[in-house]
Amino acid sequence: MTFTIPIDNGDSLKNAEADSQRTLYPYVTGTSIVAIKYKDGVLMASDMGGSYGSTLRYKNIERMKAIGKHSLLGASGEISDFQEILRYLDELVLNDNMWDDGNSLGPKEVHNYLTRVMYNRRNKFNPLWNTLVLGGVKNGESYLGMVSMIGVSFEDNHVATGFGNHLARPILRDEWHADLSFEDGVKLLEKCMRVLLYRDRSAINKLQIAKITEEGVTVSQPYSLKTFWEFKAFHNPTAGAEGSW
Amino acid sequence: MFRNQYDTDVTTWSPTGRLFQVEYAMEAVKQGSAAIGLRSRTHVVLACVNKAQSELSSHQKKIFKVDDHIGVAIAGLTADGRVLSRYMRSEAINHSFTYESPLPVGRLVVHLADKAQVCTQRSWKRPYGVGLLVGGLDESGAHLYYNCPSGNYFEYQAFAIGSRSQAAKTYLERRFESFGDSSREDLIKDAILAVRETLQGETLKSSLCTVSVLGVGEPFHFLDQETIQKVIDTFEKVAEDEEGEAGEGEAEAAAAPAEQGGGGAGDQDVAPMEM
Repeated sequence: MTFTIPIDNGDSLKNAEADSQRTLYPYVTGTSIVAIKYKDGVLMASDMGGSYGSTLRYKNIERMKAIGKHSLLGASGEISDFQEILRYLDELVLNDNMWDDGNSLGPKEVHNYLTRVMYNRRNKFNPLWNTLVLGGVKNGESYLGMVSMIGVSFEDNHVATGFGNHLARPILRDEWHADLSFEDGVKLLEKCMRVLLYRDRSAINKLQIAKITEEGVTVSQPYSLKTFWEFKAFHNPTAGAEGSW
Repeated sequence: MFRNQYDTDVTTWSPTGRLFQVEYAMEAVKQGSAAIGLRSRTHVVLACVNKAQSELSSHQKKIFKVDDHIGVAIAGLTADGRVLSRYMRSEAINHSFTYESPLPVGRLVVHLADKAQVCTQRSWKRPYGVGLLVGGLDESGAHLYYNCPSGNYFEYQAFAIGSRSQAAKTYLERRFESFGDSSREDLIKDAILAVRETLQGETLKSSLCTVSVLGVGEPFHFLDQETIQKVIDTFEKVAEDEEGEAGEGEAEAAAAPAEQGGGGAGDQDVAPMEM
């Protein structure tokens, strides 16, 4: 087996070869994440697909992970960059735990740390090609925020990435309200995910829903949504234009 | 402490396992004017004696705001103290910027202690000649720490450093068990009374001391002269009424000279601090 030792060419401002190591475009990507605040905390949904361009190459990618005791991170975009971010956060949480002093990083702190990381990478023209969703609960207070690959960050009661911004958020704007029960929250997320399944080409019918409350994080087993394709118009799609397909 | 052949530089051990330069640095702390800190579960009060070089000059600043939730009082080489305060402010603001969250004071004091330790293990450096009383908040409430030039730090319910701090410490030792549940006002009163102990009979005026407060829901700030004077008036007035002779109750502890000792012990019983 041969090993390649990664080469660090330094920063691309001083060294031309370093340019070849910048992220130019994403390769393996995850599609939307949808998340809402509910009565006991935050609910987040994502599918398990990893697309390689237009090919749905990987169908078992977990795009939501627990961070420390109080946070849940979901990512869309380049999967390898998401894994890199998980490594950064692992180190952050480790150092926080090593203090062993009763203080711990909450979702707000993790969100701001990620904002700094994303923005600084953007300034070096070497972004981490992700849109991140950070949810959590600490001391009874729920937190839900988002950071984009250019470092734009904000908090809200419901967030979505990618296609979710266009397809899910209108539904959430109409139907989200404070203090949703767990069942209603899941129903709302499933409604959004179903629309995305129908309309987003890179979505697959294998999703997970993660919940974070004061007690901690639980990520559901993967499951699929029921879909309906028996619309009359689908039965004879060329009825109105003979000869086409 | 006497000069000896092992005290020339900080990286030389004595045969009895002492680093004399570090101990000499701690002596410098004892020469500075007094600084006092005490805390309850929710508040920390830092107070110090204002010593001026001469009548013509103003007094040195000895209490610094590090962040809304952290303050520090120093005793010893004030120049070293200023530099360390600047370091603390820098750490606090960097943490705030990255995490949008206040730096827990317990972590700040560890950074500070590690910085001081470096100076005890490099032959081209010297230890910082300043003791710091760091008061601040973190998730578990209010804390008070003492950082010394050796690089050690300790947590306290109440502490005093600098010259004549023993008098204040004796006063605090008698009262500290009640500080945890003290109200903010009582804590301030106790701080000013502790300052008075270090003045050894000099009349306590608000111009002689600086007092600062921070707590849960209350960002760090200095008390103005008027407020301090009002607190002083509450116990000075009672002393006048009770004793009927000299305005201030002496009530010195072990540090008091012998002839006052007897009178002091008698006064102690009627001293306003017993209220």
